[in-house]
This record gives sequence, C-alpha cells and structure tokens, in this order.
Amino acid sequence: MPFLLKLLLKNAFRHRLRTLLTLVGLVVALSAFGLLRTIVDAWYAGVEASSSTRLVSRSAISLTFPLPLAYAQRLKAVEGVNRVSWANWFGGIYITERNFFPQFAVEPASYLALYPEYRLSDEQRLAFIRDRQGAVVGRKLADKFGWKIGDQIPLRGTIYPGTWSFTLRGIWDGAEAKTDESQMLFHWGLINESLRKRYGNRADFVGVYVLGIEEPQQAPLVSQRVDAQFKNSLAETLTETESAFQLSFVSMSEAILVAVQAVSYIIVIIIMAVMANTMSMTARERLAEYATLKALGFGPGFVVKLLLGESLTIALAGGLLAVALTLPMAAAFAQAAGTLFPVFQVSPLTMGLQLAAALVVGAVAAAWPAWKMSRIDIVQGLRHVG
Amino acid sequence: MSDKAPLIHIEALSKAYRRGQQDIPVLLDVSLDVQAGEFVALMGPSGSGKSTLLNLIAGIDQPSSGRIVIGGVDIATLGEGALADWRAAQVGFIFQFYNLMPVLTALENVELPLLLTGLSARERRLHAEAALSLVRLDDRMDHFPNELSGGQQQRVAIARALVSDPSLIVADEPTGDLDRVTGQEVLDLLEDLNRRLGKTIVMVTHDPKAAARARRLIHLEKGVLVPDVAGAPAP
Repeated sequence: MPFLLKLLLKNAFRHRLRTLLTLVGLVVALSAFGLLRTIVDAWYAGVEASSSTRLVSRSAISLTFPLPLAYAQRLKAVEGVNRVSWANWFGGIYITERNFFPQFAVEPASYLALYPEYRLSDEQRLAFIRDRQGAVVGRKLADKFGWKIGDQIPLRGTIYPGTWSFTLRGIWDGAEAKTDESQMLFHWGLINESLRKRYGNRADFVGVYVLGIEEPQQAPLVSQRVDAQFKNSLAETLTETESAFQLSFVSMSEAILVAVQAVSYIIVIIIMAVMANTMSMTARERLAEYATLKALGFGPGFVVKLLLGESLTIALAGGLLAVALTLPMAAAFAQAAGTLFPVFQVSPLTMGLQLAAALVVGAVAAAWPAWKMSRIDIVQGLRHVG
Repeated sequence: MSDKAPLIHIEALSKAYRRGQQDIPVLLDVSLDVQAGEFVALMGPSGSGKSTLLNLIAGIDQPSSGRIVIGGVDIATLGEGALADWRAAQVGFIFQFYNLMPVLTALENVELPLLLTGLSARERRLHAEAALSLVRLDDRMDHFPNELSGGQQQRVAIARALVSDPSLIVADEPTGDLDRVTGQEVLDLLEDLNRRLGKTIVMVTHDPKAAARARRLIHLEKGVLVPDVAGAPAP
C-alpha cells in the first residue's frame, strides 16, 4: 500500500469514536438524502414510465368533465393516430379507504394494445377481454392483497354508486422496473351499461382518450390536429403527450416536492458543517505534526493531500454505507407506503448522487483546514508542541 | 581556522519579529562560520535568540536581513518550495519533543523523509532499518512511539534525522525532555555521529553538561554573539 494512503488511513481511524460518530452522522444524513430523493423520484414515476408514442386527450375545461364516446370514431380518422382507446377513473373503495389503489374502466382490447409494457399472457388477456366482469391487476397490487386468478374483487363505487364485483382474470408484470404494477383495469362497457340503465344521461362518456401515434416527433402536430377537430364544439379537447399529462398531476404537488428536495439538500449541508468542524478540530490537534512534516521538507501540497484524503476516505466510507443502507430503508418504506407510490426504487442516479454528495461533503469539509494547515508557519507550528 | 569554505557562513544576520506596530529585534548583526564536521552548541539565556538562529540555519524561518550560506547556497534567497527541497536534502531535524508521527511505527517514522527521495519502497525500508540499527533500535522497529520510552523516541528521531544523509543536523534541546541518564545516552549518540560519521551538528541547549559534549560553544546574549568559548578542540 502506498505510504501516503497508509498514513491517511491510519489518521482517519486515529480517534475511533470520533470517526465512528462522524460516520454515523454521514450515513444517517446521506441515507435520508437518498430516501427523500427516491420519494421525489417516485412522484415522477408516472412521468418516467410514460410512452412517447401515446397522447392523452381530455376535456379542455377540466379533467372532471367527460368527453363523448362519439369522439372515438373521429379520433381514429385523425392523421397520425393509429390507435384509440379510453378510460374512466373509477375511484372505488376496496374494503376500506386505506386500501387505496388506482382503478380504471377501460376498453380492454384497444387499451392493452396501447400498453405493451403490461405483460399479460395471451390466455389471461383473452380471458379478460371475453369476460365483461373480468379485471386485470398489476403484480404489485395482486401481491399486496394476495389475489389469485379467479378471485372476486368487490369495489364500492364513489363516482359510480353501488357495489361492483369483478373476477380477476389476469395479473400483469411490468416490462421494466418503472412500469406501474399497482393499477386495476376492468371493462368500461360494464360501467357504461349500468349507467345507461340507471342514469341515462351519464352514459356514453369517457374520462380521457388515449391515442397511439406512430412517430413521437409528430406528437405536437397530431395534438394540434386532434384539438382542431373539436374546436368550438360543446366539449373541446386538450391533447398532450402522456408525460405532459402525468406531469400536470405532479405539478399539483410541486410545492411539496420542492420542499422535500430542499430538505434533502439541507441535510447534506448540515452534515457538511458537522464534518467541517470535525476536520478543523483534527487539523488543530495535528498542527505540530504538519509543521514537522513541512520542516522535514514536505510541501504544502502533501499536507493538503493528507487532510483532504482523510476527509474523503471517511466521507466515501459514509457514502458507501449510506447507499447500502438506503436500499433496505427504501424497501421498508415502499412496504409501508403500499400502493401510494406505484414505483418506489432507489435509482442508480440517486446512488450516484449519494456518493457524489459524500465526496463533496468530504472535499468541502477539509478545504478550509487543509488550506490553513498548508499555510502554517513552521516555527509557530513546532512551538505548538513545546 | 580551516582554509576550507565553511559549511555554514552567516553574515550580518538580523531577525526581528513584528508585534503590532513594533519591531522586536531577536538577532542583531550576527556573523558566524561553522566548518563541516563541527559539533556546535548554541547556548544562552531564554530570549537570547539561540532557537531563532537555529531555525534560520535550518531554513524554517526567514531572516530580516543578512546572508546565510549553507553548502554554498544562500538559503535566505530561496523561495518556499526550493527551501523545502533544500531542507529535505540537506538538514536533519532533532526536536526537544521528538515530533514523531504517533500513527506510524518507528520504522515508518524513519522512512518518512525518504518519501521525498526517488527511492523505491524496498530501498526506503533498507535505509530506515540501517538508520535504526545505527541508533541501536533494531528490536523496536515495529513499535509505535507511545510504546517507546522518551530516550528511545529521541533515538528514532535521530535515526529520522540521519536517514537521508544530510550535511547538517540541527538539534533543538535534544535532551530537554529526558532524564539525566537517557540524556547522556542521546548525547553519546550525537557525539558518536559527529566523530564517527563526521556529521555537522548544531545543537541548542540550556544544559552546560550537554554543551560540554560539543566541540565548539557559541553564546548568544540579547541577540548578539558572544565570542567563541575556548575549551573544545577544533575539528
């Protein structure tokens, strides 16, 4: 092992208790930083999982205003649109309100065709399409409630009154880690039929249209064409990419997200101040040693390397431990949060940022003491001993 | 006096420290020559400027005026980096409180100055072992400073001062922190280095008995050199 490395490692663990406490502080701060960033990421998961070949068309007034079913045929005729499906937010309650998860009444065949990332076996897909009372759910949701194929899932309607019972016909696995596996889909036709019988005027309306397009770069043009189609009608549309649509939900809670992000950075700044204090204390205690090294002929750069290296060693150790701890912490958090966050995973970027934050903390904490020690007067420093 | 050029040539050297608006003179117009191979003791009361003179000779302080030529190099004109390089190559330090790195073993402490040379790790180790043998610490190489007595620590410091084979060894109160017997052992060692290896040693001491071991005695009083005290034979 190179002499310098050996010296800085020995220095780093010279005061074991102090180093241990600094490490604990670093691990706690950087784990919290990682967890908070993962929460923010989870908020944006819907945006991340969006496809660039899907557009969402909704009422230009508000999402709560439905669009006529009759638009479906006209949408199919819009140049650049190759698939059309639709969905209604159901908002049902499974046993209690605490069991919240997203449910959508959809047109099964066209909807599943637009979402190839929902991996269903052909057998389950067909079973779902054929059964008007059938439903499919994501793996995460099925696991949470222990549902198996053939189970009956009762939902108490809030927007659509009554108790609705669905037969589970399929469980999809996400094609990627970011694919949402916490939703439930069932037949829009079943809901619409019931509405027609009970409240005739509420039938034949859809919440949003989902449009498949061939070329992602044509999204703005196709969106304009769609909206132009329904301009000056009773139900004008607002068409946007799926990611923009998802982002509009995220923006509603943007203030909270900004606060969460700010807190995550503040935590890093606090630990930076704590570590800077530790390194300053360390440097002051070793004043005579640095003066001795300089007397022996070592330049200011050597002193800087020693202090900076020691600080970075401790910070990197803290960063690695924090990354290792964030993974089980995030898993426990995801378990506790249930389906609140459809995707809750510590991303490689977050882990990278944790390590980068650790290195920044290490470098900044040592910067001032290292500079100061590199400038010490040898005679004054040696007097520190005597 | 020898006809050879002195190893240390000090000419009209003055040093003053600034405190607020006031200059406090510590050394006044000091001129001195030290030949290679001499063992010089600098004595004087506290505040006489002996440690300041030693620091200037060692190149860890800068004079206010005057010249210090050591081995033909006017070190007062060197920049910080060049002076550090010069110290690494030419000066071995022995401090009153040993100033060893507590996290390094005796061997590693002695090896430390050799990091500034182009020696390989193996060569450094061999040199450090040889230096420790010279101070009779072969059996304490892997001991940390806190596992050694004061005398042993000072011997490690002497080995560290020797290991890069400097032309000059400066010792600031090398026995000041040691008991009488251990102090004698350290002085024996310094005397031996001077006589056997011909090392030039400049030592600051308060102790007349320690000074008596030197071959030349220089007194300083209030920053002024008192003429050489006779008694010690010339080298």
